[in-house]
Amino acid sequence: MDVVALSRLQFAITSMFHFIFVPLTLGLSILVAFMETRYVRTGNALYLRMAKFWGKLFLINFALGVVTGITLEFQFGMNWAEYSRYVGDIFGAPLAIEATLAFFLESVFIGVWLFGWNKVSSTFHAVSIWIVALATNLSALWILLANGWMQNPVGYAIRNGRAEMVDFAAMVTNPYGLLKFGHTLASGYVLAAFFVLGISAWHLLRKNQPDFFRSSFRIGAFFGLISILLVFATGDYSAVLVARIQPAKFAASEAVWETRKGAGINIFVIPDAKNECNLVEKFCIPNLLSYLAFHTPDGVIKGLKEYPKSERPPVAPVFYSFRAMVGMGFLMVVLALYAVMVSVRGTVEKNSLLLRVLVYSIPIPYLAIQLGWLMAEVGRQPWIVYGVLKTSDAVSRSISAAQVAGSLVGFTLLYGFLGAVDIFLLFKYARKGPGDDLSGAVKTGAGQEV
Amino acid sequence: MELQVTWFVLWGVLWTVYFMLDGFVLGAGMLHKFVGRTDGERRVIINTVGPVWDGNEVWLITAGGATFAAFPTTYALMFSYLYTALLLLLFSLIVRGVSFEFRGKLESERWKGAWDTAILVSSFLPALLFGVAFGNIFKGLPMDRAGYHGSLLSLLNPFGLLTGLLFVLLFLVHGALYLSAKTEGDLSSRAKAVADRVWPALLLAAAVFLAAVYLSTSLYDNFFRAPLLFAVPFLAVAALLATRMFSAKRRILRAFAASCATIVLVVSTGVIGLFPNLIPSSLDPASSLTIFNSSSSRYTLKIMTAVALVFVPIVIAYKIWVYRVFRGKVTEEDVLEDPQAY
Repeated sequence: MDVVALSRLQFAITSMFHFIFVPLTLGLSILVAFMETRYVRTGNALYLRMAKFWGKLFLINFALGVVTGITLEFQFGMNWAEYSRYVGDIFGAPLAIEATLAFFLESVFIGVWLFGWNKVSSTFHAVSIWIVALATNLSALWILLANGWMQNPVGYAIRNGRAEMVDFAAMVTNPYGLLKFGHTLASGYVLAAFFVLGISAWHLLRKNQPDFFRSSFRIGAFFGLISILLVFATGDYSAVLVARIQPAKFAASEAVWETRKGAGINIFVIPDAKNECNLVEKFCIPNLLSYLAFHTPDGVIKGLKEYPKSERPPVAPVFYSFRAMVGMGFLMVVLALYAVMVSVRGTVEKNSLLLRVLVYSIPIPYLAIQLGWLMAEVGRQPWIVYGVLKTSDAVSRSISAAQVAGSLVGFTLLYGFLGAVDIFLLFKYARKGPGDDLSGAVKTGAGQEV
Repeated sequence: MELQVTWFVLWGVLWTVYFMLDGFVLGAGMLHKFVGRTDGERRVIINTVGPVWDGNEVWLITAGGATFAAFPTTYALMFSYLYTALLLLLFSLIVRGVSFEFRGKLESERWKGAWDTAILVSSFLPALLFGVAFGNIFKGLPMDRAGYHGSLLSLLNPFGLLTGLLFVLLFLVHGALYLSAKTEGDLSSRAKAVADRVWPALLLAAAVFLAAVYLSTSLYDNFFRAPLLFAVPFLAVAALLATRMFSAKRRILRAFAASCATIVLVVSTGVIGLFPNLIPSSLDPASSLTIFNSSSSRYTLKIMTAVALVFVPIVIAYKIWVYRVFRGKVTEEDVLEDPQAY
């Protein structure tokens, strides 16, 4: 493999690893903040115990998300120096703003929350976890505006041999970045909801602290249902946008080879990239694809054959990851709906089948999110900045394949080890269940009964 | 003032503050295994930096982000030229962060011992690597129009290693004083004793460094042009002497403040000497990366200046606030009482 391929693989591995931990941070910070707020409002110690139990898992997960983020910032310069030099004028700004606006807030107030139980008032303690939640979500905004610019470059002009920013407002209102922000946030919330649902289900099956986990289950179920609907809403708009802005990616995601008017969606498709056709196309829902792309049944979908081969993304990974993501999305709608239903009826513990399924569903949103990113980033190829700069022209000139191979092996081993330790600790503390630690409750004199 | 100059100042401030803040965390990390003899003491040490280490590391991320946004060409070349050194730095910072979090999560001696060693190594390496990297930047990197002609090994030249040693010693004294100020009893006196014992070595290294700067770099050119600037290295030496003086009088907080001043003034000396270069070339002055030939457009710099003017003061305000919230000493009782502590 050459420097480009190795650098791509390294960026893929390090960013996908980072994004195992970030979505849970995005969603669980909000849930913990919600629980602690209820405690402060009602004085019910159950919610304090909830905030502490889920907060502990939040922190174990948070640690790895934070420390692996810095790798991504550094890699732009280390491996993608030509990219950084060419687009830094516009692309560096959101990264610097992310650090200044979001990372400082997040890192300072996570410290207050973690170590400040007896140092600040209980109201302010709850406020500090809200600030953490706000800051993590805010950091997602800036990094997704940066990614949105790579997908749909706006507000720049090519001058002095590089892309220079000419319109900051255009960059921060880039519809692609904003939609991605909504879609990513909502999917992070779904993931956190299924995390809470799955762990609660595991304990409910064992009749551990049923009050505690019934309440947690309920919060997870509602949060999950609302969020998965938001995922579909933002996903739907994304499809319209991609069809307009990145038609080649859109065609690849549905394996459309020939240009078609009023295109349908085939439920079963096996694409054959070599022969530029599909081996199998079964169960067609007429006009649906055109409708999804343009919100009109007669829309014209440009086929992949309209693009020279050198400007097409690889079809199989884009197609399969998109399909699988959407399939998992539908599955999660059903599960979330069912979970809300039994929770409202108060029959959660009688549905042991649902509980068992939910335990094993924890990985589903993780997978769906990874596949979504795979589709988005591989679908952008061969461009690193869509239509502006090719990935192959973006790599550092001063590094050798051996150097990158070495760092790739290093990252894989280190991340593999740390990931295993982190997941082991998450399992351990999730299984252990909540303790009866009520420190921090003293200051309000709030009710001690559970 | 030209915007590039504004951003040069801000760039210098970000690095300076980063070294001042993470310096004591790195120092505490290098010492925690030796100064802390029991598990309880080691937990106390980790908990003295617990609430602040992450916020301190963000200054580094911001320094990186600011370099990217304001001087993208420097960012691109510096990071790709120093590839392997930065890789080792990244690995260390990653391991250090998770070690704090993971160490207390299992009641096993072997587990804790392993993370203690991890903290030691992952605190020592960044201190050394930052010193080596900045020593080489002060001296100039072997680069010309054709690209970069150095390697990880070529960074380990005498001046680079000397700067690395200086950083390690600076952070050791800094971290020891921080620990002494933040703990009680034996632990506090042991930490102070380390600071006192390392200090003569630091003084020697600093003196050799200031002389070596004259011999191996052109940093002093700016100072000879505007001799008033020599106040900065002189004050650095004064602050270093004050550190020892306050420590002798058992005014630990003041000694720590003097140590903060030492780091700020030492790094400032280097940064002032660089101006207007960000990375000088040791081969061909025309290939040096300056704030003028590697900066972003005027428009981008204006936007970033507005962001910095609004948000950096806010950040500083709540950082000061958080240090006030966590002022005072950390004791074993505090750590044992709080089940969420590290």
